Amino acid sequence: MIAAIASSDILLDSVSGSDLLNPFAWLMAILQAFLFVLLSPLLSGWIHKCKAFLQNRRGAPVLQPYRDLRKLFGKEAIVAETTSIIFRIAPYIVFSSTLLAVAVIPLVATMLPTAAIADIIVLIGFLALGRFFLVLAGLDAGTAFGGMGSSRETMISSMAEPAALMAIFILAMTVHTTNLAAAIELSLQNGFVIRPSFLFALIALLMVAVAETGRIPIDNPSTHLELTMIHEAMLLEYSGRHLALMEWSASLKLMLYGVLISNIFFPWGIATELTVPAILMALLAIILKLFVLAMILALSETVLAKMRVFRAPQYLNLAFFLALLGMISHLVLEVHV
Amino acid sequence: MPPVFDTFLIGVGLALLSALASLLSQFNIRRWPDLVNRLSFTLLGISGLFAAYSGITQLVTQETTELVIPFGLPWLHWHIKLDALSGFFLFIIGLVLIPVATYGPSYCKEFRHSGEQLPVLGFFTGLFVAGMMMVVLANDAYTFMIAWEVMSLSSYFLVTFQHRNPANRRAGFIYLLMAHIGGLSILLGYGVLAGFADSFTFDAMQHVSLSPFWASTAFAFAFIGFGMKAGIVPLHVWLPEAHPVAPSHISALMSGVMLKVAVYGMVRFTLGLIGVDQIQWQWGVVVLIIGSGTALYGVLYALMQRDIKRILAYSSVENIGIIMLGFGLSLVFYGTGHHQLGIMGFLAMLYHSLNHAVFKSLLFLGAGSVIHGTHERDIEHMGGLLKRMPWTGLFFLIGVISIASLPPFNGFVSEWLIFQTALHNWTIEQGILRFMIPSTAAVLAMTGALAVGAFVRLYGISFLGLPRTQHVRNAHEASGGMLFALAYLAVFCFALGILVAPVLALLNHIPDQLIGAGLGSLNERSWLWLIPIRETDSAIVPASYSPPLVLLGIGLVWLLGSIILHVRKNRKVRRAEVWDCGFSTPNARMQYTGMAFSMPLRRVFKGFFTIEEKVERHEDTSRHFLTVEDRSWKMFYQPIGRSVLFIARHVTLIQSGNIRTYLAWSLATIVLLLWLVSL
Repeated sequence: MIAAIASSDILLDSVSGSDLLNPFAWLMAILQAFLFVLLSPLLSGWIHKCKAFLQNRRGAPVLQPYRDLRKLFGKEAIVAETTSIIFRIAPYIVFSSTLLAVAVIPLVATMLPTAAIADIIVLIGFLALGRFFLVLAGLDAGTAFGGMGSSRETMISSMAEPAALMAIFILAMTVHTTNLAAAIELSLQNGFVIRPSFLFALIALLMVAVAETGRIPIDNPSTHLELTMIHEAMLLEYSGRHLALMEWSASLKLMLYGVLISNIFFPWGIATELTVPAILMALLAIILKLFVLAMILALSETVLAKMRVFRAPQYLNLAFFLALLGMISHLVLEVHV
Repeated sequence: MPPVFDTFLIGVGLALLSALASLLSQFNIRRWPDLVNRLSFTLLGISGLFAAYSGITQLVTQETTELVIPFGLPWLHWHIKLDALSGFFLFIIGLVLIPVATYGPSYCKEFRHSGEQLPVLGFFTGLFVAGMMMVVLANDAYTFMIAWEVMSLSSYFLVTFQHRNPANRRAGFIYLLMAHIGGLSILLGYGVLAGFADSFTFDAMQHVSLSPFWASTAFAFAFIGFGMKAGIVPLHVWLPEAHPVAPSHISALMSGVMLKVAVYGMVRFTLGLIGVDQIQWQWGVVVLIIGSGTALYGVLYALMQRDIKRILAYSSVENIGIIMLGFGLSLVFYGTGHHQLGIMGFLAMLYHSLNHAVFKSLLFLGAGSVIHGTHERDIEHMGGLLKRMPWTGLFFLIGVISIASLPPFNGFVSEWLIFQTALHNWTIEQGILRFMIPSTAAVLAMTGALAVGAFVRLYGISFLGLPRTQHVRNAHEASGGMLFALAYLAVFCFALGILVAPVLALLNHIPDQLIGAGLGSLNERSWLWLIPIRETDSAIVPASYSPPLVLLGIGLVWLLGSIILHVRKNRKVRRAEVWDCGFSTPNARMQYTGMAFSMPLRRVFKGFFTIEEKVERHEDTSRHFLTVEDRSWKMFYQPIGRSVLFIARHVTLIQSGNIRTYLAWSLATIVLLLWLVSL
């Protein structure tokens, strides 16, 4: 495939092979996005189950998030009198921008035409768009809790985003592109090489993912304790289908980070061609990877305690400096001048 | 004579005519002030149409027009030239002038009641616009400096338009002072070039070859001079003082356009006159450091302001920082011999200049509508405006999304281009640059995230929630002309975010003419795709971004979503009292305030600010005072001010009051000068 890219000068060929004209690749991309949406509550359910197991509880069944969503979709939506139109459209925008973000991530196959439409910087942009409306929605009702959540979310995201981009830059500098599918393909071809910079980037990105998805030790998704909540504080006024969409986007975002981390740093198993065995294999691989990643997250959430809000910047600074160290080690150790 | 020639001079002429027209009302102000006001703004609008038309025509046809007007000094007539670079900036001026002209008439009515001198406003507005147009058209240093000073001086009178307020007079004084120091620096920069070229015309300066020392000196003068006008840190202090106090349509012109004219000057001087071959990458390093500092500093202070227009002014500082990042990258890549990447940085910078002109004008005009409708400037007194001014709120939201650089609007595109340029740092041999460039990109990422925070704060506190004062509760929607201006700019925010490839193909003519080479990879693209750089001989799959397809994706998702949701029948919502965790119903004063919103960030970045905070406790009430002062005053200006006073005190030693001593000093000076000349 690389040879095909090198020899061709035509635009469409140069964008990740000839995927753009391949209807199967498009079908695959759409299926992949659907799979993402369908599987994300399962991932949340699995994390809950693992945590319950670690805390010696039986816990809710793994399928509980689906039941919650169904229940919420069936309920009537109550909207506070004080809110404006922003509050009502925010859930849809948050959900659809997260959906667009997941559409450009290779879940099972790297032959992803959507990866050429939007690269990883655009992906970060989509997430920022969703967060923008989430934070506005928090301010819309005019309550103190909503404002508090919005304010804290702003602080955390403005510290987390540079760290995330720095980690991504390490990848981009290694493979010389920000096209996600191409990047994963290239790092697959490089074979199993342990790069010190990737190790730093992995840790940094894990830390950022924990912060961005509102998990312990930054935020606790299962709490409604007024003074410690961040993400939940912004959702406080939501109910019914609005809340369902917000919750669903949150689990979608969690899965997004999981897939991003596992496919960038452990790309093995992902399908590079559109054949049935390869895709089945890839599906199995990604489920396995997420399965393990979720257990690690559950373990860390059980072991760690939530930190004070004002410790969060230090945590994120650490992530940023790890990424910076990764950058330095990339420049010092891995670049041949 | 080509038709372009006529149109751009007509543009300048109409701007001057509009200045004169507004003086008409001096003769009989009582009878038809409104008519005169309208006439003046109409002329200004038509002038904008002509400017935009001639600018875009030049970009499309690439017909360069040169002419000499027998005017000015006998041995130095006015040289005027419209090339692609001038055409682009002339287009920006015209583009923003059109909405300003539709916005102005109803916005300015208010000043008539407050007893301000409308003719003064109209006169200097026209002069200001004509000055800006002449700056970008000038083809010799003499014309350039005259136009530059016309622009600076007339904008001084616009800043001090509401001169009864002492704060405005102070802002005007600082502006005047800084504008002149900057002007002096620019003059010295031209002086270096003219000294070697033996001529003031740009054509002669272009062909001069300088030693690295003199090239760097000229660049330093120009960077300081133009940078002062553009508002780079720490030379920015006049900007957050002066831009907010002018009337809002003038703020839009100053922030949206005048800063771009300064950017034009910097580009013309560096890439046009000094020339690409004489660029050293060390300049780029300086520009990158200052640019990233400016971007971060601007956005952090934007987060700390309460005045809606000061927030926007500090955000202009931030955006100039982003433009400087593009410029710095361009210089670094040119200086290290990577011309294609240099062009890419240059294009990113131009694109962001255009974008900032559009969304900052939109936001300043929107802020003007808000102030017009509520008589409040402090966001802490606002709230709930979206329900009272729905259209203004909608257009303002588009501006906010654009400036927060979120896809699919225009601000995102230029930042994406800068990121892509920065990520090509692996082509550079120097290790320090390889490390520095991603670091500045990380600063850009942080700036972007903080800008989202700053504008969420601005929009959330002022347009959402509950109104905090009576004025705001009674706010009214802006008039048709004002709304048209906002809608027009919002459309451009959207279009520039989607039609990226055609716009870039057009912009590509600028480096093509100025430097002699465009970005090769742009010509073969279809309008759907943006793929900035592709090495044909390598296996690298380039990064790409296709805003139209992203838009299509958004459309599909929404279509699908609405179909799914329409099938279900529970689309009703019930309105109820706000829940807020079951506490008592919150009132407007219990909302989060803007200062509370930015408190976590104030705490994280406390090293950046001079914060004074105190709480006064009384019997039954307590008051909280918080001031956040610009650090550069203490760190940069006060030492300079003190040392100027110190030197002045010691220089007075020669001032004995004795005429013979003075004559002796004069003689000594003449002897010294003669000696210097004879060297």
